[in-house]
Amino acid sequence: MIEGIEIQHIILVSSLMFFIGVYGFMTRKNLITMLMAIELMLNAVNINFVAFNKYLHPENMQGHFYSLFIIAIAAAEAAVAIAIIINLYRNLHSIDVEDVNNMKH
Amino acid sequence: MDILSLFVIIPILTVVALLFVKELEKVRVISAVGMFIQLLLSIKLVFDYIAERASGNTSEMVFQKSYQWFESINIQYNVGVDGISVVMILLTGIIIFTGIFASWKVAYLSKEFFISLIVLATGVFGFFISLDLFTMFLFYEVAVLPMYLLIGIWGTGNKEYSAMKLTLMLMGGSAFLLVGLIGIYMNSAPEGQALTYNILEIAKHNIPIEAQRFFFPLTFIGFGVLGALFPFHTWSPDGHASAPTAVSMLHAGVLMKLGGYGALRVAMYLMPEAANEMSWIFIILTGISVIYGALGAVVQTDLKYINAYSSVSHCGLVLFAVLMVNKTSFNGAILQMLSHGLMTAMFFALIGMIYGRAGTRDIKKLGGLMKVMPFLAVMYVIAGMASLGLPGLSGFVAEMTIFVGAFQHSDIFHRVATIIAVSSIVVTAVYILRVVGKILFGPIINEEHKQLTDAVWHEKLPLIVLLIAIAGMGIAPLWISDLIMESLDPIVNKLVMVTQ
Amino acid sequence: MDFTYTIYIVLIPLFAFLVNGLLGHKIKDSISGVFATLALGVSAILSYFTAYNYFFKVGKVDGVYEKITAFNTTWINFTDKLHIDLGVLIDPISVMMLVVITTVSLLVHIYSLGYMKGDEGFTRFYAYLSLFTFSMLGLVVATNIFQMYMFWELVGLSSYLLIGYYYTKPSAVAASKKAFIVTRFADLGFLVGILFLSFTTGTFDFITLNENASILAQAAPLGFMGLSVLTWAVILIFIGGAGKSAMFPLHIWLPDAMEGPTPVSALIHAATMVVAGVYLVARLFPIFSAVDPIALEIVAIVGGVSSLFAAIIACTQIDIKRVLAFSTMSQIGYMMLALGVSGMGEEGTGFMASMFHLFTHAMFKALLFLGAGSIIHAVHSNNLTDMGNLRKYMPITHITFLIACLAIAGVPPFSGFFSKDEILVAAMNHNPIYFWIEWAVAGLTAFYMFRLYFGIFWANDKKHDHAHESPFSMTLPLVILAIAATFAGFVPFNELVTSDGGFLDIHIHWNIALPSIAIGLVGILVAYIFYKKESSLPSKMEKSVGSLYTYAYNKFYIDEVYMFVTKKIIFNKISTPIAWFDRNVIDASMDSIANITNYFSDKIKTIQSGQLQQYITAFIAAVLILVFIFNYLIS
Repeated sequence: MIEGIEIQHIILVSSLMFFIGVYGFMTRKNLITMLMAIELMLNAVNINFVAFNKYLHPENMQGHFYSLFIIAIAAAEAAVAIAIIINLYRNLHSIDVEDVNNMKH
Repeated sequence: MDILSLFVIIPILTVVALLFVKELEKVRVISAVGMFIQLLLSIKLVFDYIAERASGNTSEMVFQKSYQWFESINIQYNVGVDGISVVMILLTGIIIFTGIFASWKVAYLSKEFFISLIVLATGVFGFFISLDLFTMFLFYEVAVLPMYLLIGIWGTGNKEYSAMKLTLMLMGGSAFLLVGLIGIYMNSAPEGQALTYNILEIAKHNIPIEAQRFFFPLTFIGFGVLGALFPFHTWSPDGHASAPTAVSMLHAGVLMKLGGYGALRVAMYLMPEAANEMSWIFIILTGISVIYGALGAVVQTDLKYINAYSSVSHCGLVLFAVLMVNKTSFNGAILQMLSHGLMTAMFFALIGMIYGRAGTRDIKKLGGLMKVMPFLAVMYVIAGMASLGLPGLSGFVAEMTIFVGAFQHSDIFHRVATIIAVSSIVVTAVYILRVVGKILFGPIINEEHKQLTDAVWHEKLPLIVLLIAIAGMGIAPLWISDLIMESLDPIVNKLVMVTQ
Repeated sequence: MDFTYTIYIVLIPLFAFLVNGLLGHKIKDSISGVFATLALGVSAILSYFTAYNYFFKVGKVDGVYEKITAFNTTWINFTDKLHIDLGVLIDPISVMMLVVITTVSLLVHIYSLGYMKGDEGFTRFYAYLSLFTFSMLGLVVATNIFQMYMFWELVGLSSYLLIGYYYTKPSAVAASKKAFIVTRFADLGFLVGILFLSFTTGTFDFITLNENASILAQAAPLGFMGLSVLTWAVILIFIGGAGKSAMFPLHIWLPDAMEGPTPVSALIHAATMVVAGVYLVARLFPIFSAVDPIALEIVAIVGGVSSLFAAIIACTQIDIKRVLAFSTMSQIGYMMLALGVSGMGEEGTGFMASMFHLFTHAMFKALLFLGAGSIIHAVHSNNLTDMGNLRKYMPITHITFLIACLAIAGVPPFSGFFSKDEILVAAMNHNPIYFWIEWAVAGLTAFYMFRLYFGIFWANDKKHDHAHESPFSMTLPLVILAIAATFAGFVPFNELVTSDGGFLDIHIHWNIALPSIAIGLVGILVAYIFYKKESSLPSKMEKSVGSLYTYAYNKFYIDEVYMFVTKKIIFNKISTPIAWFDRNVIDASMDSIANITNYFSDKIKTIQSGQLQQYITAFIAAVLILVFIFNYLIS
């Protein structure tokens, strides 16, 4: 519980972050930027976890654990994703998402 | 171990044994031995059955065994036989045995070929012994699916197309059938009692008429697709033309019989009221099948196409007889299944042998084969004569029983339908004699055909076995027809009760 | 008297067939021929023994010949009442037929030992002959109509096999196919007739049917066009008989059937199988006479038309076997007509005459064919134009052929005179028109037979290098048959074979016999003038009748009509379209189900574009829509 800051404020921030992430994911063509957008979304979720944990169930720690999990998984995911992107670049000489359409019908 | 389950276990053991060998020679021997045991077992079953009846067992099915299989929806492995299934099992035993010999020369992936063939036979045997609708359906699928591989891999000509077409159409039929069977299951017991798949149990209960009206056509068409019911017969010409010899034999010989048998045992027996109401539609369709198949066969030039259309005509007669609803015509339907199974297997075996030698099935390119391969030619003539219903061979017995049975109806509709069906005997004579005259008689058209050789032992053996069966049934039909007749009573009684 | 042994008359030829058929390739030709002949000899002796016992010892009870079921066993059960039996029925007509068949068959067997000598299919030939004899015997002794139908089909098969005996010759193959299919077509009528008959009467059994004929006819429900079902049944059955007996218009197979070896023509296509139709009508005669009179009238009309029609054609043909074939058709027309004009019991002259003519005809027509075979054997041609002057080369054949010609022309005291006279009497009693037709046919018969006779044996002074008298095995049957053809007319048929088994009082009616003898002699005289020496008279005659001659020579184009119907209509206008329809409509519609499915899945799959951002857009849109639905619409 932080004095003077309502939970709504925090949710507002995380929502903004999340939708900035969504917007970025939907509009940017560069795969690296899209990855960054994903990170934004994940971190928005992290903020929510921590905030809800703090405001609603301060006696428990699950929210913190989840956000730590997500950070760890996000790191792993970034590693895998960047590896994929590098491979794509080697093969396609581009990291534009619209060029990556090998898995269509 | 009860004798009926052995019919499923022996083929499975044969398949397992086949997995461990590699050489072609051993594969053949194991398959032949396995199926020979199976044939002996079918013969033993006939005698056991007769002995059981003679000892005073009058229950509807004998040698019954039942194991719970899937309790929550009451699926059981439930087996038992009556006179009808006994003769159908005998037919299957003969045809799979001869089929093994007809595929003696298969060299490409021979182990896999024999395994698929035997799996197919397992399904057929299982189908005929099952008393539980679900198990029956399961075995039915086991019988149909290997067909895709057998035609797609070992076939000739446009095999991928044919295999796909045959499988899709039969699967379409299965879809209808599955809905029908589940419908029967859902209505299988009075309010408040446990539902069942057991045919005998369902038969005791009358399925509500509204349900029958909906599920009878589904079930009948489902089985009818396999029995080449017009207009769902077109898989037959293409499928047979592409299939390897033994597969054609098994398919036309026994698989198509699953349709007739199921139509009688499931569709007609369990849903008599709807059968009575709707039979006229199907009588028209089967009447068309009979005459249309025969006329279609008249102008074909590929031997296998001729036989496929002839099968449409003959199997149409099976379903026609099934719809005529009296003991004589039912008896005729079963006899026709046996007769057609034997003679069509013989035909396809012969066509395979001729094709293997001459390299063509086009009747325009064949001629005068009587001179170069007298044994095969004589067998071909005999098979032809059986097909056109010559007395002394099986076809006559079956067709006459059907006609006399169908003529027990005195109303104009059944009469006209019957006379149309009867007139197919003339058309049959036309296409059979046309083929015989073109390919066997006359001068030899192709000089190269003068070098061809006559049959060797592993070709003569299956032909002789089939010939004995055809002639035996044609000369002394009494015991086999009496065997069938007494088992028809429950079915006929149920159907007759409804019509009155 | 126990007649059970008669079953062996039938079974012995079957045994001979099985031996020759299965082991034929291992036996020497001469042995297999002699074996089959001996087997048939045993059958023949048993038949004579049966005939003697039946006719002269035990058959008659209270002055009427009984029907005896010598042997009967159930073959298959259809319903409680209907079942096919196999058995032996002994009554006057079946015993008479047993004698005829075994006699002619035995003689043909002996004859073929010489005629077929050296042929590569010798054992096959004898196997077929035995098969035929078995089937024919089974047919005549049938105890029920379904047994008759079975053996009826089997004689059809043997006929098919024997016509197509020279199977490498396309014309023989075509002829055998034609014979089978035309008779099969007629058998369709027979079968449907049987079905009607059995449904109406509830039995296949001949004895039951015949004894209750009038009761059954009364009880039969009304059918179609004002005739009872039973009447239709017998008319349909008669169609079967007409097909087998080559009656107009189902006769077209018979002339072509002459492609078979000549002894076969003598046995099957003259003496035995072709009279099966007559036998069928005779067998069911009580039913025929009990139903509406129209049925017998049809039999008479068909018989009369066929006899006239065939006699006219026979005058123009130059293939000697074809002349004989048309002559056979004409004579069978006589028999049919005789049955058609007959009644039961006291009015049964026609029935008796028909059976009598069947008997005498079998003898003299077999003789004619075997004689023709002997001639063909010598000249190696069937054509009348290649013959002439042969009396100097083949004296025995010449004399026996002359006897046969006299017999068929109705010259007393040869056998044909007596039987033909009875037929004419019966025809006169029924309706004079039939009498005058048959009277004219008698004249034509005498003319064409003697045209043949003079053409073969006189006509010119041609030298034949290879012609010689046939061997003993061929002349012996000729002599035996010549004796039979001479004296068969003295067999007292009125005592032995009548419609009800009783005695029939007959005598020669000179007012009918004299005109018939006269026209026979006129026919012979005309033939003598025309053909004794080569002259220009025949060709003048041909010109004077002009188109009639052309029509008759081309057999009134009936074959062409059939060809038109089968090839042009059935083959091209029905079967070909059906085959096309099946491939391009039914099959195509099945295929199109698959194709339509394929088409739609092809369209739908483009949604899977591979563009990640499209997926996420769709995903988010869907989430928003669902949220909207669940939040605002449902709650």
